Amino acid sequence: MKVAAKTANEAMAEAMRQINPDVVAAYPITPSTEIVQIFSQFVADGLVDTEFVPVESEHSAASACTGAAAAGARVMTATASQGLALMNEVLFVTAGLRLPMVICEIARTLSAPINIHCDHSDTMDQRDTGWMQFYAEDSQEAYDLVIQAMKISEEAFLPAMVSADAFILSHSLQRIDMLEDKEVQSFIGKHKTPFNLLDTDNPITVGPLDLQDYYFEHKRSEAEAMREAGKVIKKVFKDFGGKFKRKYDLIEEYKMKDAKKAIVIMGSTAGTAKEVVDNLRADGEKVGMVKICVFRPWPTEEINKALKNVDYLAVMDRAEGMSGFGAPLFTEIRSSLYDGEKKPDTYGYVYGLGGRDVKTGDIKEVFDDLKKVENGKKLARNSYLGVRE
Amino acid sequence: MGINLKELSKQEDLFASGHRACAGCGPAVAVRQALLASGKDTVVSFATGCMEVVSTIFPYTAWEVPYIHSLFENSAATMSGVEAAYRALKKKGKVKKDINLIAFGGDGGTYDIGLQALSGAMERGHNMLYICYDNQAYMNTGIQRSGATPHGASTTTSPSGKVIPGKTQWRKDLTEIMAAHNIPYAAQACISEWRDYMTKVQKALSIEGPKFIVVFAPCQLGWYYKKEDTMKIADMAVKSRFWPLYEVENGVHKITKDPKKVIPVEEWLKLQGRFRHLFKGNNKKVIEEIQEEVDARWEKLKKLEEAGI
Repeated sequence: MKVAAKTANEAMAEAMRQINPDVVAAYPITPSTEIVQIFSQFVADGLVDTEFVPVESEHSAASACTGAAAAGARVMTATASQGLALMNEVLFVTAGLRLPMVICEIARTLSAPINIHCDHSDTMDQRDTGWMQFYAEDSQEAYDLVIQAMKISEEAFLPAMVSADAFILSHSLQRIDMLEDKEVQSFIGKHKTPFNLLDTDNPITVGPLDLQDYYFEHKRSEAEAMREAGKVIKKVFKDFGGKFKRKYDLIEEYKMKDAKKAIVIMGSTAGTAKEVVDNLRADGEKVGMVKICVFRPWPTEEINKALKNVDYLAVMDRAEGMSGFGAPLFTEIRSSLYDGEKKPDTYGYVYGLGGRDVKTGDIKEVFDDLKKVENGKKLARNSYLGVRE
Repeated sequence: MGINLKELSKQEDLFASGHRACAGCGPAVAVRQALLASGKDTVVSFATGCMEVVSTIFPYTAWEVPYIHSLFENSAATMSGVEAAYRALKKKGKVKKDINLIAFGGDGGTYDIGLQALSGAMERGHNMLYICYDNQAYMNTGIQRSGATPHGASTTTSPSGKVIPGKTQWRKDLTEIMAAHNIPYAAQACISEWRDYMTKVQKALSIEGPKFIVVFAPCQLGWYYKKEDTMKIADMAVKSRFWPLYEVENGVHKITKDPKKVIPVEEWLKLQGRFRHLFKGNNKKVIEEIQEEVDARWEKLKKLEEAGI
């Protein structure tokens, strides 16, 4: 174990170095450019054995990685925002072919208007691609999750993206504990691949045309794999926790045991929310927070269990969703709760779009709202936090 | 190694019969000949298009070599990843064999939607061959115009009508665009000249680095000619100089087949329904324009060859 000061970009690049993938095909984009730059330097300095493919677009980055994965290579890339959106078409292919791969993703807005700062609209846009999605709260989690995602991806035969918030995490220096290179290698183990395109003695056809008679069964089996991936994730998280004493789960429950009011949140703002929970707890309020660490596969059971005693709930979305009803996290949480033992009165808040700063005062405002509801006030089901009217 | 018909006849087909291409399909011949030239230690990536659709209807496959299809525009990018994996795994001793890597695409997937990915892959210098089978329109979706569709041709998105006589633009010269990437080998071939084509495939595969071949492959359905005439149509494209056979090796142009008896392009056009409207009324001037263009392109090619560049 080694203590280091790393931004999430640096931490993820270090995780990539320690994983030492066979192929990295990547294209620069703010704010994940640095990951690609740092990794290129690792290649130039001979610190990794990786074949680095400096592609001409993110579409080709995802395509080359998918081709390389099919050829039996361990593959990774990094991207953000429009880059991830440009990959969209290919992401379905990677998942549909059941190929392991990891994207180090920096969560940034989507145009228009153009904006390079943090929100989750880019990853939310990819939520139906069949990729597992992990969200980091800080540099440490970004680093740990990339290493674990590589192993999970190769055990579940599903690709995974690990997301860290633009600038808030990608460019802020934090203290992290790094594993030794050999610890990472022994943890991820030998590369596992579902098939090998380079075996010319046993030729296979990858990506055939699947019509009305087979497509449905293949898609269903992919969905089953996503459903089952939760178990793989838990097993790998447990293994990691046992070895390195850092515990991960599909969700993190923060002071939820007797909480009557709670918020659900993802990404870096969870850190801010924890402080608010601490402060309110000091005032005697029974409040808590649930952080979604794994968004895909969606952890329904864990969420319902965590929220079973909650009366008033706020769901915080850093993406709009544009459904005219509620943002993605809100609709999924509320849908999950429909089958829960109890249905807390649930409100949706869209916050921090385009990198709008979210302070402890803003989160406190949300808890204040829940208190007002408790006291009989009627609130809009969905609203915005920190926006000028 | 020369191409020997007797030896070829003994070789096992790697693009198996039973695929569902139309009778008289030119592209199916282009794929079959390429694989016969390349041999069994070949890995193929394919762009979405006719040949992909007819050859891999699950649970059947016509491919006796490893094959991957990802999307329409990314055959070159997919193969560049396969090539990177091949290099990485060979370095580690996980792959022992020497393998030929061929990315295929139709003219839609190559001239148009896949041009960026192709350009990137060629510029990065991957050790791979890209073969474009050129049937001069988007045939898989029902004969829409492409950047490869010739001037005057009627397609479903450049139809001949009362005021517009088919495609008004000129064909993109992809071979020269690829040669301008300063790759070691770029060539034009035609399925009717099988020895020339297969020699080019073998030559390309013997060269280290990125290589490009565009092979002329008529489509009876989209060009509206008799299905038994595919080879005749292909042959006449060469003989009329509409489709010159040449290669650009290390920047030097060389015509590989100079037709002895040149036929007017009109003779070739009149056998194809896609040009039928050009033979009516005022449209006849378009035929003259096409002949002028064919002559000009040929003269330019001759000059390049004579200049040794």
